[in-house]
Amino acid sequence: MSLGRDAVLVAAKDLRIEARSRVALQQIVPFGTVIVILFAFALDADRDLLRRTAPGLFWTAVLLAALLAVGRSAGVEEANRARDGLRLSGLDGAAVFLGKAGAVAVELVVFEVVLGAAVVIMYGVTVHGILVMVCAALAATVGIAAVGTVYAVLAGGLRARETLVPLLVLPAVTPVMLGATRSFEAALGLSAVDGWAWVQLLAAYAVLAVVAGVIGFGPLLEES
Amino acid sequence: MRRALGGLTLVLLGLTVYLGLVVTPPRPDQGGEAVRLLYVHVPAAWIAYLAFGVTAVASILWLVPRTRRAEWDLLAGASAEVGVVFAGLMLVTGSIWGKPTWGTWWEWDARLTSAAILFFLYLGYLALRRTGATAAERGTRCAVAALVAAADIPIVHFSVSWWQTLHQDATVFNRDLDVKISGSMALALVCGVVAYTLAYAWLVLTRLEVAQLEEGREERALAQAIAERTAAGTVTA
Amino acid sequence: MSSIRLRSAVCTLGRFPALAGVDLDVEAGEVVLLSGPNGAGKTTLLRLCAGLLPLRSGTAEVLGSDLARDRRAIRRRIALVGHETFCYDDLTVSENARFAARAGGRTADDADAALARVGLEPLAGVAHGRLSQGQRRRLSLALALARDPALLLLDEPHAGLDDRGREALDAVLGAAPAEARTVLVASHEVERTRPLVTREVRLVGGRIAAAEPVGKRES
Repeated sequence: MSLGRDAVLVAAKDLRIEARSRVALQQIVPFGTVIVILFAFALDADRDLLRRTAPGLFWTAVLLAALLAVGRSAGVEEANRARDGLRLSGLDGAAVFLGKAGAVAVELVVFEVVLGAAVVIMYGVTVHGILVMVCAALAATVGIAAVGTVYAVLAGGLRARETLVPLLVLPAVTPVMLGATRSFEAALGLSAVDGWAWVQLLAAYAVLAVVAGVIGFGPLLEES
Repeated sequence: MRRALGGLTLVLLGLTVYLGLVVTPPRPDQGGEAVRLLYVHVPAAWIAYLAFGVTAVASILWLVPRTRRAEWDLLAGASAEVGVVFAGLMLVTGSIWGKPTWGTWWEWDARLTSAAILFFLYLGYLALRRTGATAAERGTRCAVAALVAAADIPIVHFSVSWWQTLHQDATVFNRDLDVKISGSMALALVCGVVAYTLAYAWLVLTRLEVAQLEEGREERALAQAIAERTAAGTVTA
Repeated sequence: MSSIRLRSAVCTLGRFPALAGVDLDVEAGEVVLLSGPNGAGKTTLLRLCAGLLPLRSGTAEVLGSDLARDRRAIRRRIALVGHETFCYDDLTVSENARFAARAGGRTADDADAALARVGLEPLAGVAHGRLSQGQRRRLSLALALARDPALLLLDEPHAGLDDRGREALDAVLGAAPAEARTVLVASHEVERTRPLVTREVRLVGGRIAAAEPVGKRES
């Protein structure tokens, strides 16, 4: 279907830009790692405390990095009026949304893998339920990327974009924060919670977020 | 019409205060005299959610091309401005009531936590409204933001409630601000809800009128600028 | 067959009425020069025809379809060469061209051919961010041509264009009627452009001041 092909075209474009400029790799990943270290300072390097709170700290870092990633995704379209180019191309708004959110999701997954390794090493956690973890992470990432992409384009042309996007995104993704943290706690053997139930919540959120983006992105793109 | 509404609102608010402070009894197990905050907290909560609902519906009406009118954008904004106040009121009264009931200023119970998220969703929406001077400029982005937030609210509520059931170990006291209502309390509560709803309506109508005046002023300035340019154009042909 | 039909078009940029009631008719195959002083609204008019700006009042029909209703369908058949290239600085010329072509429903070959037409193939592997002003202008033209548009909108295409580019541009304008392409070109270089156009429309203060047939070619 042409929508899929166009979405892949846009996603490939964004990922190629990232591969060329390496902003996510050279700036966002180190940013996340520094946050992990900052948390250790904040919690007095109490290994037991860090191990128990690792899921929450991890996902806090992911959310903060996601703000940067979606901000960058929207920012790429500002120079040279590329946003007008997207509008003039005749591409379906839904395709542009799926492509851009998809690219952000891919970048976030890479970020999560690196950050996860840092957390395992620095906080000393052990993973018991890898499948729950992966499913939860994927569902959560899709939800965050979708909602973030919508809000980032919404605030795209505005001067206060960098401060508006966090205020808009963070309250909206609290269900993801809850679901991801609880299922990670289950995966790390830190609680007896049913991780899979939370994964279902994350999946439902992700679906709704993607639907919202598919419907709303086109009209938002038209409003400069 | 608005004046009559305002008068009725004041009467019912006064009645609610009388019922709440004088007629209804204190509840020693639920914070003693502090339980009277129930008559503010519950109506405020109702309005906080109602107002966002109105904002969401008005946003839909704006987004659908056939029903698009500046009034819907103005209504969405007016309702949000009033709603945020009631949301704040809900949080503050919930916290104050909680102190004698729980012993702490805040508990992460489902209702209060969801209310806090709602409050911040309001703040984000109101911040967006300041990014455009006319309905045409800010209408679509505010409408989409309102709808995303409105769809999010039930999910937030559900996930937070579910989260809190995980913490329902055997505790000494009832963490939820739930009170068994009876007799005069029910009357006071109903009176409060009606009074607050009327107050909301009056505030929104007033704010809407101001917004329409602002929008009208923008439109007139724009029409004048267009007329000037049109007149100037014909001269140089 | 009408390419552009505007009736009492009013277009505002914030509080500024950039177009204050424009009536314009452009038939298919015409090459129209849009002239006028700075701030007259030439860029606004072109962006309006591209569907980038909403009408405050009046009607606009482009390629036979209403601009407000059928925007996406219209956009697939038009191209705008503006002051910006709509490209991504981190991608190469070729990558940008291919993306633009594919996004517009064309192929990578169309992109390569368009680059060749304006003489940019030697720079295909150069990052967009490194291009000079003249090279960017040529790239804009190439991207527009790759779409093979029925309506070509050119906003000050001569500005910053080097000699190689001017050749290519003149060739495009000259070939337009034969290729059944309608062209609306806003330009300050009136004397240079006049021989290549069929009609001149003068825009002043957001309104049409004069419209007359001109030039050696009959429409």
